[in-house]
Amino acid sequence: MKLYELTIKKAHELLKSREISSQELTRTVLDRITEVEEKVGAYITTASDSAMREAMLADESIAKGNMSELTGIPIAVKDLICTKGMRTTCASKILYNFIPPYDATVISKLKKAGAVIVGKLNMDEFAMGSSTENSGIKITRNPWDLTRIPGGSSGGSAAAVAADMCIGSLGSDTGGSIRQPASHCGVVGMKPTYGRVSRFGLVAFASSLDQIGPITKDVTDCAILAGVISGYDLSDSTSVPRDVPDYLSSLTHGMDSVIIGVPKEYDSTEGLDPEVSAAVKNARNVLENLGAKCVDVSLPHTEYAVPAYYVIAPSEASSNLARFDGVKYGFRDKEAKELLEMYKNTRSKGFGSEVKRRIIIGTYCLSAGYYDAYYKKASQVRTLITEDFRKAFEICDVIISPVAPTPAFKIGEKVDDPLTMYLSDIFTLSANLAGIPGISVPCGFSSGGLPIGLQLLGRHFGEEALLKTAYNFEQATEFHKKKPNI
Amino acid sequence: MNFMTINRDDIIHVADLARLEIDEESIQKFAVQIDDILKYIKIINNLNTENIAPTSHAIVLTNAFRDDEIKQYIERDALLENSPEKDNGSFVVPKVVG
Repeated sequence: MKLYELTIKKAHELLKSREISSQELTRTVLDRITEVEEKVGAYITTASDSAMREAMLADESIAKGNMSELTGIPIAVKDLICTKGMRTTCASKILYNFIPPYDATVISKLKKAGAVIVGKLNMDEFAMGSSTENSGIKITRNPWDLTRIPGGSSGGSAAAVAADMCIGSLGSDTGGSIRQPASHCGVVGMKPTYGRVSRFGLVAFASSLDQIGPITKDVTDCAILAGVISGYDLSDSTSVPRDVPDYLSSLTHGMDSVIIGVPKEYDSTEGLDPEVSAAVKNARNVLENLGAKCVDVSLPHTEYAVPAYYVIAPSEASSNLARFDGVKYGFRDKEAKELLEMYKNTRSKGFGSEVKRRIIIGTYCLSAGYYDAYYKKASQVRTLITEDFRKAFEICDVIISPVAPTPAFKIGEKVDDPLTMYLSDIFTLSANLAGIPGISVPCGFSSGGLPIGLQLLGRHFGEEALLKTAYNFEQATEFHKKKPNI
Repeated sequence: MNFMTINRDDIIHVADLARLEIDEESIQKFAVQIDDILKYIKIINNLNTENIAPTSHAIVLTNAFRDDEIKQYIERDALLENSPEKDNGSFVVPKVVG
């Protein structure tokens, strides 16, 4: 086995027993990036020099017997999480030269744990998209089939983990942006409960929906990384003051005590690929054979989740993205003679099409005369969707569903049809509206050899039930062991 | 409630509110695409939401208090570092009034 193929847990054991050094491990990961980046296109920035320096410090720390589970482990980060002194672009021309003067809280936590930051990963511009095709920087390709999208918006984060171009990564999820690319790339991704992980230093897309989370090679690594980045933060007023459990201790065998809810609405979803449906049904059988009890649940407002989301998310985005005006950071159109002209030229040249489209939708929904019909109405629908989940979780612990209706589609296939692209988020974005946690875990392959993911949703702060269920499923199956040939 | 469809003039008006300049080709394209999206969004109108309180945040948190302490944040120079134009500790912008 090559060192870059290691999981966090295995690499930690080898570092601890001094069979490898962090410098060796980091070097092989950096070499791997050099080897396959041209094909995959996962990275916007690689940080070889600072990574090797951090690896050296990690080795010194390990030599003194001072290490955490992440000490010396090469981790990469979606390029909308601020890294002090390291370019953070949001895959947008408007931030192409932005170097944050501070670290996001999750980055401070990674550094404190001794992790080595190897670089910044590609994404849809400002996290708006489901395919990473909206990046203003480059195209990322699915390591399982280079003609296909890796999913999005955290496409770089998922592709890099699948292609062994980092040991684990961070993404962000506003409507499925961690879970869907994890599903398409055959890796594990978790969106924690809203408020579980600090958003300080995460460039905001839709503040009431955004959450940072881990993308990893297996469930154990997901538990490790989630444990490090979670917790209350005074710098984020929406962060929740609640202790973080030891997620690793939730990875116990046996599903006897777990009740799994199967939403009846999901089966009739238009466009659900039969192979995806079959893989999820098989997963249900696997969990039942492990002792879990399955019950039917109903989420009656499911069909209203996509329309409500595509009012709320663009509305919040149009407000959040008002700050990109060419004054404080990033790109400025220097031809403009007057302030208003400078704003308009800067924003028009700096933002890509999808970002403009969403700013226009959001501004329209919030504009005089339309607020009640769109934003207020969607916020009321949000309450109904949240209630659906609350009722369902009265009789079950975990809800099982597909992550995406189909396996990864071809690059370019949906690029001119934003509505069809939005509809592919049907299974994931309800969790963001309700603020509940969700995880994607590999559960099969299509006949064309593309990975299929299983989604598990839980109660607010119910990450332990998700991790336990995902872990039991993973241990009983072989899907996570298969690697793409690049 | 009255859901209008969006037309060319609306796109230009809303783009102006959002401080965006959009070329003719994009106006045409956006008018069709956004109209489709808004027509789809319209289905939320089928739901009766009378007496349903709107949700603005999924986790109920009221008043995040902290002690009012003076802290050194980031140095002014470091914050100005990313500015496209700066002078004497300030951001510089093109003229605002004629």
